[in-house]
Amino acid sequence: MSVLVYTESWAGSFRKSTFEAVSYASETAKVLGTEVVAVSLENVSDEELNKLSNYGVSKVISVENINKGDSQASSKIISDLSSDSNVVVFSNTHTAKMIAPRLSIKINASCITNVISLTSSSEITLNRKSFSTKAIETVKSNAEKTILCIAPNSYGLIVNNVSMSIEKSDFSESGSLTFEGQETSSGKISISEAEIVVSGGRGLKGPENWGMIEELAEVLGAATACSKPVADIGWRPHAEHVGQTGKVVASDLYIAIGISGAIQHLAGVNSSKVMVAINTDPEAPFFKAADYGIVGDAFEVVPKLIEEIKKIKN
Amino acid sequence: MNILVCISSVPDTTSKINFTNNDTEFDVNGIQFVINPYDEFGLTKAMILKEKTGGKLTIITVGDATVEPVMRKALAIGADDAIRVNMNAKDSFSVAIEISKYIKGNNFDLIIAGRESIDYNGGVVPAMISEMLDLPFINACIGLEVEENTAKLIREIDGGKEMISSDLPIIIGGQKGLVKESELRIPNMRGIMQSRTKPLQVIEPSSTETKVSSVSFSKPEEKGACKLVDSSNVSELVDLLQNEAKVI
Repeated sequence: MSVLVYTESWAGSFRKSTFEAVSYASETAKVLGTEVVAVSLENVSDEELNKLSNYGVSKVISVENINKGDSQASSKIISDLSSDSNVVVFSNTHTAKMIAPRLSIKINASCITNVISLTSSSEITLNRKSFSTKAIETVKSNAEKTILCIAPNSYGLIVNNVSMSIEKSDFSESGSLTFEGQETSSGKISISEAEIVVSGGRGLKGPENWGMIEELAEVLGAATACSKPVADIGWRPHAEHVGQTGKVVASDLYIAIGISGAIQHLAGVNSSKVMVAINTDPEAPFFKAADYGIVGDAFEVVPKLIEEIKKIKN
Repeated sequence: MNILVCISSVPDTTSKINFTNNDTEFDVNGIQFVINPYDEFGLTKAMILKEKTGGKLTIITVGDATVEPVMRKALAIGADDAIRVNMNAKDSFSVAIEISKYIKGNNFDLIIAGRESIDYNGGVVPAMISEMLDLPFINACIGLEVEENTAKLIREIDGGKEMISSDLPIIIGGQKGLVKESELRIPNMRGIMQSRTKPLQVIEPSSTETKVSSVSFSKPEEKGACKLVDSSNVSELVDLLQNEAKVI
């Protein structure tokens, strides 16, 4: 018996959400009185794999020949490795949601996504985010095996140093897809994982005014985001759209600049721990949801904010 | 080309969410239902593909008779026929079983679902169907073109995109990017009239098996009042974020 965790990597590196999933798996293993085994797909160095031992992994099985985006192959290998596990943990990513549901059919397991709390016993009952974070749903697994996908920035990192072994598997498998390459913008912080997100709305009046949003994000080490109308009119790329039908943000700090705070927008961002609204309209709904606010013109407030943050960062 | 689009009937995005029956059921009172936005992108893409290559566009929804207005809207937008599996969806698995059984008995070249429904946010039905049918699957699909028997796909990945090709049939979990917001179609009067007479077939579910039970619902804690800082005193905000909220 062990808790199995899939440790998703990108370009050979684990993300914070991976370590969160590992922390979650480790805490679940404590509840179940067992240990944590990790599965890593694609090429990840031993140095990177060793980081998993900081969060309670006692063994990692590294399968370099499997492309994680090939869900037919990746679910097959994880299925082969899960025979001894009643709980399999993923981070709640788009890629995980290609693999985990397939795996659940293969091993006759339940599959619960958006998970935000731990089970208290081997009868798996826990909380998940539902209705685009407008609600929390308590669910119970009816199957002997359960697959859990943990919402990023919801559970936290729990350091638990253990000694870990690395096992290499030369298992090879591929499904029917042909992968023709990736395009990634390097250096950008991903919205779903960022600790701080700086977001702009129509109040910024045009794409030419995004320089100060990017500068504020840079001094804070934050990701940039935008509201739905801004993405729809093409001021910013769709990948930056946050809200109910865009990306979900669960950052430590969310700064909304020139965003009124429509219910659809708030639904996607209100899992953030602290929210700041900057808006000229004192009646903007965002002020009801925010922790801190400034009623004022973004074009005056944001440059001052950048200066003040630079002062404390130096 | 025969295309199946899986459609979920969901509360409008502006809905206030409440629960009833001791917080065990979603309160549908006063709720306006719409085509799940992720499914609507897929439906629109299916329309564009059908107009280019010909063929038939079928939609399928799992639900009781109350979902039919949303299905009629999809027919008014342009789907040719509709299948309703007469069952109140109990969990994702039960939905995936019914849809995959329908697909098995019919020939589809392309199956389009949304990457998730905006009510329960499970996001697992399309991948479950792909496994039940042993088909390739792409999630968070933001690009799809079909040439002959090959699909050229783009999926959103962390910080970028990945280009993929696949033989048909394939199943995708779509989202915005599949089509632009401006390409979404509003049903016209002719479409609405036609939708009333287009076939909407009701089939009975074949399984009662579930994997997950919903126990209860609650709402996230309400936030306290917003602390307003004067716009001439931005340093105070920075001080609060640093020393009170401790987030910078």
